[in-house]
Amino acid sequence: MEILLAVMIGTLYAAGIYMILRRSLVKLIIGIILLGNGANLLIFLLGRIAKGAPPIIPEDSKVFLEAYSDPLPQALILTAIVISFGLQSFAIVLVKRAHKVVKTDDLDEMNATDEYS
Amino acid sequence: MIEQLVIYPLVIQMLLAIVLMFFWSRIKWQRVISIIGSVVNLGMAVWLFVLVWQNGTQSIQAGNWEAPFGITFVADTFAATLVLLTSIAGLAVSSFSAGSVISARLKFGFFPIYHFLLLGLNGAFLTGDIFNLYVWFEIIIITSFVLLTIGGEKAQLEGAVKYFTLNILASIIFLTAIAVLYGLTGSLNMADLASKVAAVENRTLVQVNALLFLVGFGIKSALFPLYFWLPASYHTPPSAVSAIFGGLLTKVGVYALIRVFTLIFEVDPFLENVLLAVAVLTLFSGAVGAIVQNNIRKIFSYLVICHIGYMIAGLGMMTEVAITGAIFYLIHDIMVKTNLFMVSGVIYKIKANHNIRKLGDLYAEYPKLSLLFAVPLFSLVGVPPLSGFWPKLSLISEGWNTENFTVIAAILFASFITLVVIVKLWGEVFWKTGEKLPEVRNFPYFNKLSKVKRTQMLAPIIFLTLVTLYLGFGAGNIQNLAERIAFELMDNQEYINTVLRK
Repeated sequence: MEILLAVMIGTLYAAGIYMILRRSLVKLIIGIILLGNGANLLIFLLGRIAKGAPPIIPEDSKVFLEAYSDPLPQALILTAIVISFGLQSFAIVLVKRAHKVVKTDDLDEMNATDEYS
Repeated sequence: MIEQLVIYPLVIQMLLAIVLMFFWSRIKWQRVISIIGSVVNLGMAVWLFVLVWQNGTQSIQAGNWEAPFGITFVADTFAATLVLLTSIAGLAVSSFSAGSVISARLKFGFFPIYHFLLLGLNGAFLTGDIFNLYVWFEIIIITSFVLLTIGGEKAQLEGAVKYFTLNILASIIFLTAIAVLYGLTGSLNMADLASKVAAVENRTLVQVNALLFLVGFGIKSALFPLYFWLPASYHTPPSAVSAIFGGLLTKVGVYALIRVFTLIFEVDPFLENVLLAVAVLTLFSGAVGAIVQNNIRKIFSYLVICHIGYMIAGLGMMTEVAITGAIFYLIHDIMVKTNLFMVSGVIYKIKANHNIRKLGDLYAEYPKLSLLFAVPLFSLVGVPPLSGFWPKLSLISEGWNTENFTVIAAILFASFITLVVIVKLWGEVFWKTGEKLPEVRNFPYFNKLSKVKRTQMLAPIIFLTLVTLYLGFGAGNIQNLAERIAFELMDNQEYINTVLRK
């Protein structure tokens, strides 16, 4: 399971970076989304995966006796997902506006602010 | 009660932002509330600073969850100083926005978003939890996206695409670094991490993780190969927005770098060399970039990059004196850069142009204003006894002691080029007889503005200039402050003990 997840995270990162390096604005956003999901899964994986072991202490003891799945990474991912959701929706609107005003989808043609004047 | 003072700067900014939203289209009220609220916030920041100065580091555990389980807010001298500086710059820019930003832009919620940005800044400085720091960074970038794009001009949207992409990439790298750190140690509390990271056996992974943090924060603080978003975007929004961006946003990255590399990670010789090399290249490329530009705000953008190099050089040398220099420079830089972008805003309002080749005659037309503008310009250069001079003294002498001669050379080179740039700017904009610029129709020229608006624009510049003068002439006090911060950073036991209640 861990190996599978690790490979998946690697693929997500690679695909995300590949997409960011393309020149199209829409692919840029897809790349950012993939990267964000890769990072979220990475947190999930690094919190150690334990199947069927909820973090609940049995009634007759005071501490955990066995390995348990850490609930904190899930809380972190939830926060990160909400944040990236907000950022991505802003990005989509921004790209739509930028496309309307600049009239191009090609990042290489968006060079007015870098030009020497 | 006194403990809760730590989060008051956050509470006030958040309340202000919420209250301002109820006055969405009533711009006149928004202006008044924003300025008054910023004054109250400044009062709180001063109070917090005095408390920390007298009683040492303060901390509060959110929801009374004992550290390291809950989120901690910590105000040590470093954080309290930066909150104070944020409040000073925040008040100045709040007043400047009230005077200079046109009401069509203010109607899209400029002031609420602006106070959310200040909330994010204060939060980033005060938090003691690395994931919480990530959340504050996200608040900062999402509000800065909105401030950058309000108005929706072509240049703004283009600049925003670049700014957005690289900043979000930085956040993802930062998040990855946090994930790895959590996997290694099982903790997120920075004070707790300090001991846990030192105990990790897999040192290679720790070093890779440190580099991930360096890249993530490096993009945010515009270090050498990662700064290209900054000159592409900082000259596009209204000057008030550029002022708060140029003054504070990159400095949050520097703050995070200093915090992470003094508290969590130990800087090994490899990392030290990386930091110094990056600092030298940042100084060099920022300076060279500034000298060829003609747009006044692009010049200042490159100078922002250039001067980040001084702070990173101080961090890279990793001795107490060098950190003192870096901290002093940080304090000076926040005040001066904010002021300079506001100065460029006033120049734009007078002449309706940003190109220094076309500008001119400012000294002949406004001699008093020109003298006022000269103070921040020349303290940026570091003409003694103005404030830019003193931190360089610490940095250069420490570079000499640790035999980092390349760093000294880069510092001197960057200072010299800054001098050339500022003298060129002074000659072109203030002394030269400029060409006759065509009158722009419907442009709110400075001399056509009402007296109230002109005061709202000039008062913050005078205010920050006075602060800069104090930083220069009261350098002894600031040096004491910087030395104390550097001492606390190098010997982080007080921070750790306060957070973990040992």
